Order: sequence, then structure tokens, then C-alpha cells
Amino acid sequence: MTSLIHADLRNALRTGVILFVFAFVGTAMLAFTHDRTEPTITRGQLAEKRALLSQVLPASLYDNDLLASQQSVPPDDLLGTRRPSALWLARHGGAFSGVVLEAIAPDGYSGDIALLIGIDADGNVTGVRVTAHRETPGLGDYIERAKSAWIDQFSGKSLMNPEPKHWKVAKDGGVFDARAGATITPRAVVKAVRSALDYFARHRAAFAAPPPAKEATPAKEKTP
Amino acid sequence: MMTMDEFRGLFHNGLIKQNTGLVQLLGLCPLLAISNNVVNALSLGLATMLVMAASSGAVSGVRHFVPNEIRIPVFVLIIAALVTVIDLAMNAFVHPLYLVLGIFIPLITTNCIVLARADAFAAKNHPLHSVVDAVAMGLGLTVVLVVLGAIRELAGQGTLLSSIDLVFGEDAKQFVLHVLPGYEGFLLAILPPGAFIALGLLIAANNWYKARAEQRVRAAVPVAA
Repeated sequence: MTSLIHADLRNALRTGVILFVFAFVGTAMLAFTHDRTEPTITRGQLAEKRALLSQVLPASLYDNDLLASQQSVPPDDLLGTRRPSALWLARHGGAFSGVVLEAIAPDGYSGDIALLIGIDADGNVTGVRVTAHRETPGLGDYIERAKSAWIDQFSGKSLMNPEPKHWKVAKDGGVFDARAGATITPRAVVKAVRSALDYFARHRAAFAAPPPAKEATPAKEKTP
Repeated sequence: MMTMDEFRGLFHNGLIKQNTGLVQLLGLCPLLAISNNVVNALSLGLATMLVMAASSGAVSGVRHFVPNEIRIPVFVLIIAALVTVIDLAMNAFVHPLYLVLGIFIPLITTNCIVLARADAFAAKNHPLHSVVDAVAMGLGLTVVLVVLGAIRELAGQGTLLSSIDLVFGEDAKQFVLHVLPGYEGFLLAILPPGAFIALGLLIAANNWYKARAEQRVRAAVPVAA
């Protein structure tokens, strides 16, 4: 009897050790691959982010490191955000020259449409991109730049251009085109871009304030 | 070693007799989700095939050291580790393709066909046979995926190879085939129901073909006798 229990215990221990060895080898393999690919992946992600930002804010508008200027702002109804979102402050020769905002159009046909909106110092839209959405493929997805140039019509628009009553899709008497059969999606985007401009107008003073002292110190002193 | 007959048998099994998409109906989640165009379908099919070949080879190689009671956790561990390695490698080295396949790469882990082949075949056979079996099975899945993708893309938007530029860069846009120029598009084919309907039609066609072949065999018997 005791020897039977003994055999069971030995068997359980043996399988346990084997499972552990496999887990250990697997973990080592993952750690090795992670270690080898991480720099490339991080570089790729940064390049991707930088490319996305340069699509909404022309590179000629700023000379600072836009990615490094990232700030977090609390949720705001005008941005449609329910969680803190990011914004990037552009400067040219030290002077405020524009901002890239993360905004959400909460009333898309199927949920949130995440947007990246570039606005220059004068309050003109420099570009808008949809970064995530769940709109119907083939119907509402023409808001993606990859699918059509629809999103480009925001460029150059500002809070008063067109006038507020025309800041709508054509079907509602506004200036923005929308494809027949899919008006809910563009309506949501138009509304979100306009309220982002509103948000910009209300916070412009804070954006334009001189950068905090630590950013202003020459880079040379920071490097050890 | 492996004879030519065995080799042919494994491929016949994977591509036709036990085709995962049409006969075994295993691993349908990615099959239905990613088959909305040819490029996506082909990419995921090949990625799955790669995972299957690697995991079947690994499982077969360690099969004598794995006690029966813990074989499933060990196989899942091997598959998950390999998928993660491929996921990280793709993210680092073929980033645009990684963006397209996105969530479906990690999901290869949960594709039951991978574990099914590891447990049903690789755990009992020589590594060489296991890898060939996995490649054959993966190829069978890829073929079905691509046919499904072609049907859905053609019916849905009248093109073939429409997002090829995501894999081969902007220059590859010229390879997009506008088979039906000016076609309005048939939305249903791109949406999930289109996947179910098209797969149903494919399975029906396959069954019809098999039934006809059997009938012909039966009809031929009396003549031979």
C-alpha cells in the first residue's frame, strides 16, 4: 500500500518536473526572441507613429521632436474622450505652431471612431486621420484615407470656415460631402472635428504658453 | 525515411480526404474572419501552415519525453511559444503584413487544427512525416482560404489581390486585378454572413463532387466483374 502511494507520488513529481522543463525552455525561447526583436519593434512603432503624425501635421510646420512633446489630457466632452487622451505640441523656432489631438467621434454607426486631428496655430485643420473604427466595410469605411480621399476635405477648415450652420454634411445643408446610404458615419466625423476645433479654441492659450523650463534647457546639458 | 507513396498519401489526406476547411471543418474562426480578400487569406494560410509545420515537428521530436497525462498542456505550450516567436518576428521584420493579420496571428494558437494535428498525428509519428502532414494540412487550409477569399473579394468588390500593396509596398498596387471594372460591389459577400454562405457553397460543391465520384465507382463495378 505505502509503496503504491509512493509510486503515485513519484509519478506526479516526474510529470511535474517534465512540465516545468518544457515551461522553462518555452520561456527561455520567448525571452530570447523578445530580446532580439524588441529594438526593431520599438523602432517600427515609433516610425509608424511619426509617419501618422506627419500625415495630419505637415513636417514643415515644426522643428521640435513631435513625439517627445506628447502630453496627456483629461477626458473632455469636446474631444469625445472618456479616458485621458494624448496630444502633441508642435513648435517652430520655439514658438507654438500647431497641435495634434486625439479625439473620438462617439456616435458612429457602430460605436467609437478614433481620430487624429492636426490643427495649426491659427486654428486651421491641417489634416485628419481615422485611426480605429468599426464602421461597415465597403459602406462607411470610406472615411479611411486608405479607402478614399474623403477625409481630406477637412484640411484648411476652421471654426468659422465654413460658418457654424454649414459645418455639416451636405445632406444636412452643410459643405461636407457624404456618400448616399452612409451618412451617419461622416456626420459623426464632421461633428467630432468641429468640437475638436472648439476644444482647441478654448485651450489655445495653454498650448501656446512657453514650454516648461526643463524642455527649454539646451539638450547638451542633459546628456551626462 | 519516407517513401513516395507515403508522401503522396499524406498530401492527398491533407488536401482532399481530410481537408480542414471542407471536410474536418476545424479552425473555422480565422477561416471565416480573414477570408474577405485573397491577400489576407493567403497570408494567414501561410502563417498557419508555418506554425503547424514548426509545432508538429517540435511535438514529434519530443514525443518520447512527454507523459501521456500532460501531453495536451505540453503541446499547447509548444504551440503558444512558437506562435509568439513568429508573432514577434513578423512584427519586427514584416511590419506591414503584421498590421493586416494583426490579431489573427496570436489566435493561431487557439486554432484547433494546429493542436489536432499535433495530438492526432505528430505525437505518434516520426518528425519528418509529422512536418509533411502539417504542411499538407496547412496547404489544404490555405487553398480553401484563398478560394473563399477570391469568391468573396470578387463578389464583394469586383477585384482580386486588392490589398497586395500592404505586403509588397506601394509599387505592388499595379498587380491589383480589377476583374469587373465599374462594379458596384455586393456588400454581403464582404461581411461575415458572406463567409458562411460562400463556405457552405464550397462544402456543398465538394460533397457533390465526392458523391458523383463514388457513384461512378459503383457504376463501374459491375462492368469490371
